[in-house]
Amino acid sequence: MLSLQALSGQLLVGLINGSFYALLSLGFAVIFGLLGIINVAQGTFYMLGAFGSWMLLNYTGIGYWPALILSPLIAAIVGMAIEKTLIARVYKLDHIYGLLLTYGIMMFIQGMFVYWFATAGRPYPVPIDLRGGFDLDFLFLPKYRAWVVLASLVFCFATWFAIEKTSLGRTLRAATENPQLTRAFGINVPALLTFGFGAGVALAGFAGVLAAPIYSVSPLMGGELVITVFAVVVVGGMGSILGAIVTGLTLGVVEGLTKLFYPPGANMVIFVIMFIVLLIKPAGLFGRER
Amino acid sequence: MTTNPAADAACLVIEGLHGLYGDSHVLQGVSLKVDRGEVVTIIGRNGAGKTTTLRAVMGLLDKRSGSINVWGREVIAEAPERIAKLGVAYVPEERGIYATLDVTENLLLPPRVGPGGMSLDEIFRLFPNLRERRRSQGTRLSGGEQQMLAIARVLRTGARLFLLDEPTEGLAPVIVQQIRGAIEMMKQEGHTILLVEQNFRFAQRLADRHYVMERGRIVDMIARADVASQAARIQAYLGI
Repeated sequence: MLSLQALSGQLLVGLINGSFYALLSLGFAVIFGLLGIINVAQGTFYMLGAFGSWMLLNYTGIGYWPALILSPLIAAIVGMAIEKTLIARVYKLDHIYGLLLTYGIMMFIQGMFVYWFATAGRPYPVPIDLRGGFDLDFLFLPKYRAWVVLASLVFCFATWFAIEKTSLGRTLRAATENPQLTRAFGINVPALLTFGFGAGVALAGFAGVLAAPIYSVSPLMGGELVITVFAVVVVGGMGSILGAIVTGLTLGVVEGLTKLFYPPGANMVIFVIMFIVLLIKPAGLFGRER
Repeated sequence: MTTNPAADAACLVIEGLHGLYGDSHVLQGVSLKVDRGEVVTIIGRNGAGKTTTLRAVMGLLDKRSGSINVWGREVIAEAPERIAKLGVAYVPEERGIYATLDVTENLLLPPRVGPGGMSLDEIFRLFPNLRERRRSQGTRLSGGEQQMLAIARVLRTGARLFLLDEPTEGLAPVIVQQIRGAIEMMKQEGHTILLVEQNFRFAQRLADRHYVMERGRIVDMIARADVASQAARIQAYLGI
């Protein structure tokens, strides 16, 4: 029989997964919207974020809270260097070249980490301030998981706000819509693209640090996730900021609930939804037809 | 204004400009000169290379060679954003209003590139329609309002050289009058304007000189004083 405990438990698991889907697909949407690059390496930057915090802790003793800022920053710097040297060269080509290039980058970075660290997961301790949890009668809510959902929501909202309501966002939207004309107004669009790529990567890195204490840190952690994230992005609509956030959270919950009602379907429910959405609304739920 | 007009009277000097648009060799050695404070038009038939000349000045043409000098600086190899920063403003033929930005955001987008730009209030006084529609999405505006917005947008920036591409194309007479008013005001303030225009009657009342363009070259130059006596020649050039 369906119990409240089981239901709320799966809802929580779904929300947690959805938080990661939302953050990752948001970074994906920022990068695709701005640069037109299908960044398959987004999962790799998530892994870099998680590994960054693990290395900071184990090699330098720097703990979770500083790592939450430092690690995404490092990932962003790596990402911006890659954008400047490699990705900037394929903007004028078909989308498929960006996809292939970032796929190559993913294989390269992931391969290096497998070589150095092997594939076994490494634990990352939950920060002391967030140990324990709240007993809500029907559900034991670990503090850390509540924090993940909260932090993800705050970051998603902040990103949406920055793009829709600030002057930086205004410039980013203009650069997305008409890069040539935007340059003719005196705006350095190439630099803006590098920054945008860095911001998208930082979102993935941030998700990686959040994930480290929940899932173990492993070189392959991003490769598995990116497939699901890709499906989320397609359902939400390529490049749609709001679509990425809403779809990420919703599909996480849907996946969690499927685990409860029909466990064998849990692994494929997101892809089934993607299939249906593509049939009915090929631009995605929040996407604009091009 | 200037103590040594000979030294810095020239605002834009183009010499032997060649430009490719895709595979076609659109500009075949364009040479022209615009002095500070002048309003100069480029007239000519469709496909003569007028728009491409403006795009080349703005750095928006991938393949260009020759010389483009803006206030004594060679910009033939400069990126568009660097050219804009010299105080050059561009109003494209297609107007380039951003659909993802509302009217106010469109107005606020271009950064300031020099002192003395208009404030948002002054702009709204010049184009009251824009004030009423300031929260509308840019591309929801009528064609005339979009053209006003395209011009208003660069009046804020403090630019001193304006490249205007067919600002009256397809607009109702009453709107054309408003656009003319804005250009006359810019001229009075001492701005330099290079105007591409098909509507010769419009151009004639504003411009100090007219360059005639044919097949990628400047083939003639007619001063304001000669327009009346050269009417037949001009008509032949424009194919009217």
